[in-house]
Amino acid sequence: MDQLKLEIKEKIIAALNLEDVTAADIKDDDALFGDGLGLDSIDALELIVMLDKDYGIKLSDPKEGRNIFRSVETMAAYIAEHRTK
Amino acid sequence: MNKTFYIQDYCEIRDGEIRLNGENIFSAGEDTFSGFAKKAYQDLDLAYPKFFKMDKLSKLAFLAASRLLTPESNTALVFANRSSSLDTDLAYQQTIRDKAAWYPSPAVFVYTLPNICLGEISIKYKLYSENSFFVFENFPAAFFPAYAGLLISTGKAEEVLCGWVEMLGEEYRAFVYKVGNKGFAEHNEQNLNRMI
Amino acid sequence: MSFIVDYNCFTPLGTDLSTTVGRLEAGISGIRLFEDSGQLLPSYYAAQIRGEVCTHSGYSRLENMLIRVLEPVIARNPVQERSLLLVSTTKGNIRSIAAGEPVNDAFLPVMAENVARHFGFRETPWVLSNACVSGILAVAVAKRLTDAGIFDHVYVAAGDEVTDFVLSGFAGFQALSSGPCKPYDKNRDGVTLGEAAAAALVSKAPGLFRVAGDGAINDANHISGPSRTGEGLYRSIRQALTEAGLNGPELDFISAHGTATEYNDEMEAIALDRLGLNQVPVNSLKGYFGHTLGASGLLEAVISFESARKGLLYPSLGLETLGVSKEIRVIREPENRPVRYFMKTASGFGGCNTAVIFEKLN
Repeated sequence: MDQLKLEIKEKIIAALNLEDVTAADIKDDDALFGDGLGLDSIDALELIVMLDKDYGIKLSDPKEGRNIFRSVETMAAYIAEHRTK
Repeated sequence: MNKTFYIQDYCEIRDGEIRLNGENIFSAGEDTFSGFAKKAYQDLDLAYPKFFKMDKLSKLAFLAASRLLTPESNTALVFANRSSSLDTDLAYQQTIRDKAAWYPSPAVFVYTLPNICLGEISIKYKLYSENSFFVFENFPAAFFPAYAGLLISTGKAEEVLCGWVEMLGEEYRAFVYKVGNKGFAEHNEQNLNRMI
Repeated sequence: MSFIVDYNCFTPLGTDLSTTVGRLEAGISGIRLFEDSGQLLPSYYAAQIRGEVCTHSGYSRLENMLIRVLEPVIARNPVQERSLLLVSTTKGNIRSIAAGEPVNDAFLPVMAENVARHFGFRETPWVLSNACVSGILAVAVAKRLTDAGIFDHVYVAAGDEVTDFVLSGFAGFQALSSGPCKPYDKNRDGVTLGEAAAAALVSKAPGLFRVAGDGAINDANHISGPSRTGEGLYRSIRQALTEAGLNGPELDFISAHGTATEYNDEMEAIALDRLGLNQVPVNSLKGYFGHTLGASGLLEAVISFESARKGLLYPSLGLETLGVSKEIRVIREPENRPVRYFMKTASGFGGCNTAVIFEKLN
């Protein structure tokens, strides 16, 4: 699980062009949106594509993303349970 | 359309160098555009993390505008280039190239319109003003004076930021300048052809 | 002063204005379901032109659309000295980069020059590419150019196609509708894409309509999401009304943007409410044509010219239950009403907005 969380952090940094942020800067339970990492609506859409591309998870309703993308913790739990690749 | 307007300040970016009113304010040496843009961002102290999310055209336009604008001013943005957003269009095309496994990137797709760079500038400087992006084969030295003059003389804007921002692969060039009622040179075709 | 002297359209409903409007008045939509049609998306709703488009060899499909929409306008109003071709498009011949190379046809000035040369324009054509406001902003640009005497006649031609490029992009944005789009409806769930071309001749010579005022103000808020307060659209409409010397309620109808995304339609309702335009009849024509991107602003203005000329307001297709937070008067049934003033609005990516007000002349 820790390996998956590290992988998710690295993917978020690369996919969302988070300059000057390292995986060590993101705590597992930091909020990704709002006051935490400050991601916005386009980032959320990019994360939906990342779930599909890297883990074979298709979200049927983008609103599901709100709970899944709360933190690295919640993302890792969802991916571990639903991944198809 | 007899009223004369004037060029106030101008900024040029090409070959890894930024010049403000003809004077070098930054040069990066040999580098890709992306490497150059990152160093310029740091050197010019722009402190605007959204910069890193922009596409290359927006970074070019944003850097060139960064020393020319007053926040919340009534400044219209009239920009043009030759390649529209083709540089980013090609990047986006890569994400959908494989018909069996295509993953369209929303963060890339949103930049496949040339006027997005004007939106980025408007957001940073809180410009509630008119944006328009035109596409011409060559630098339109007659177009800018005619159209910018119209915007000011009809009261649509108090001043106009004009810009030529061309970006395709590693070929880039920005020439951005502000036009208003005062300045150092008349805003006309002859002067622009001399400056470009 | 600037006038609309002539106009035409080339759409999935018909290859000319009268066929298109005839079918629209019969309540027919150009939107249908495409399945396994060779596009990237296995199935999607869109309004696409089905018949043969390429009747002129040596030109791309989109260039054919632009040529064919201009043909009757130029036949009736031949190109003279001091005439400009102003082309509005977002993506031009974008399908030409499918192989990943920046081929010559992909450059917008090349496309515009091909069309200009076909008709013998002497001036180098201008291309305006300003997201989804391009088509109506081009009318504002043409009006200013003729007002100032820079050109005597501006032929505005707008066009965009449905391609894998835009379909996949809107799909990635989770913005495509699951059925034909439903502007302003409670159950609206996104955009239906469409393709079309439209043309209008803006001239100093008196014509059917006067271009009475315009405004185009950025939201300065977000590059893809519309302002929650409708700030840019509010300011654009206010500027257009001021120039036209109107308060707002004198407008006989508004042809709004109405893309049927949750946020766009809500934003428009907020802006109209802030301006006290709640009682002015409003339609979105996206239910007939889908969202035709850089063509939409001009196409919807052209349809509105016919609406005003006939004194017949066209219903907004796809609305069952109003689903915006402010009360606005969306047109539900065809309505006979003499028209003097009417307005076309649009909003787009990059935070841009445009409003243009027209006056029908007797």
